[in-house]
Amino acid sequence: MTRIRPRSLALGLPAVVGLAFVAVPLAAMLVRVPWSSAVDIVGSHTVRTALWLSLQTSVPAALVSTILGVPLAWWLAHASGIRARIVRVVCIAPMVMPPVVGGIALLSAFGRNGVVGQWLWDWWGVTIPFTRMAVVMAQVFVAMPFLVLTAESAFRQDGAALEEAARTMGAGPVRVFFRVALPAVLPAVLAGTLLAWARAIGEFGASITFAGSFPGRTQTLPMAVYELLSIDHRQSMVVALLLVLVSFLVLGLMRERWLFGGTR
Amino acid sequence: MSLVIDGRVGRGAFERPASFEVSNGEVLGLVGRNGAGKSTILHTIAGLLPMRVGSLSLDDTTWDASNIFVRTEDRRCAVLFQDLRLFPTMTVHDNVAFAARAGGVGRNEVDDRVRDVLSRVGADGLADRRPATLSGGESQRVAIARALVTSPDVLLLDEPFAAVDADSRGPLRETLAGLLAGFDGCTVLVSHDHADIETLARRTVDLG
Repeated sequence: MTRIRPRSLALGLPAVVGLAFVAVPLAAMLVRVPWSSAVDIVGSHTVRTALWLSLQTSVPAALVSTILGVPLAWWLAHASGIRARIVRVVCIAPMVMPPVVGGIALLSAFGRNGVVGQWLWDWWGVTIPFTRMAVVMAQVFVAMPFLVLTAESAFRQDGAALEEAARTMGAGPVRVFFRVALPAVLPAVLAGTLLAWARAIGEFGASITFAGSFPGRTQTLPMAVYELLSIDHRQSMVVALLLVLVSFLVLGLMRERWLFGGTR
Repeated sequence: MSLVIDGRVGRGAFERPASFEVSNGEVLGLVGRNGAGKSTILHTIAGLLPMRVGSLSLDDTTWDASNIFVRTEDRRCAVLFQDLRLFPTMTVHDNVAFAARAGGVGRNEVDDRVRDVLSRVGADGLADRRPATLSGGESQRVAIARALVTSPDVLLLDEPFAAVDADSRGPLRETLAGLLAGFDGCTVLVSHDHADIETLARRTVDLG
């Protein structure tokens, strides 16, 4: 069905400028990428190692965010009052916080002299900063809010009424959660997991602060982009494009929900 | 058996008095303007909202009073919601079976109970369908089956045919009237439709 769209220069012009502001840099990357050597660069040791490490850390980070975030979202969807508001602010803070601050926060908690970290070291000789574990933790820290937000609103919108119905039938909280609420919000949870994964694979600030950028140990793709920038501009560009592809892949997987305005 | 509510329900600007009694086998119709608190009363009886003041009890068991609150899942109080609330991810059979299991029907007995109640509401052929594939009237029958499968102590009907077009209401109303005739729990019916109240309710309370 073709609809008649309203036209207005006053609104159309800023809209076009806005679009161009995002589209031109992305297109410029495509122009500047050294296509002839792109395959070699992606296949190079540094990039392959960073790519593999990115996958090894971001996938567990997305899963951990989901496993911890879904119950949190469920609790938030049912809570009200000052307690719920405080918990929600804390949960979502990493989303609006500069990631490097998140890294400092993680160091304060889990660094060798950190509030929790000193006990880990004293009791078990465990040290977290600058390990692969630290990369995953930094990613969970910044990615989980995306999952919590998406899942909470789904629990409220799609789950709440069905949960009430299930409770009138005599179902206790565990049965209600696993048989009724979770299946009802599953598409939203999957979307949230995907968003969290996208955020995790792009994580830079918190990770480089808390985990450093050691090739093969903690250096993920975004850190490789940054390091390569000062060594070899062209390589850096190719890796950056790789990350753009990841973003579009995520958008592609979510297209039914967002690009087409579906709410399923 | 009798359900007694006496006090005030709702909150703030929606606070309303509510005071009536329903005996077993009786269908009480609640009528009144929009905003008179009809749905609020049903939600309060079901335990989805706490009472503001006063008490609610079924026989000797107090469900809600100043220092007592029996949770929804422990009330044996079925609700036919206005928007039905069939579980979209389950088949019709599983929807009804869920209610049976949650209501304490033994595993071996569930399938028989589900088949029996589906045939009583005239939804025999629908067992394997998903809610999204049902017509309004079919969904309504399934929701009724789901509410009645455990023979609850209290049955709350909130605008039972609101989701169905006017032409389909007649047969559904007859089905429900037949089922209510054989139901010995306490039933509270809320409806805007005079025909519903006249056909189904024995007594009415006007909330103004």
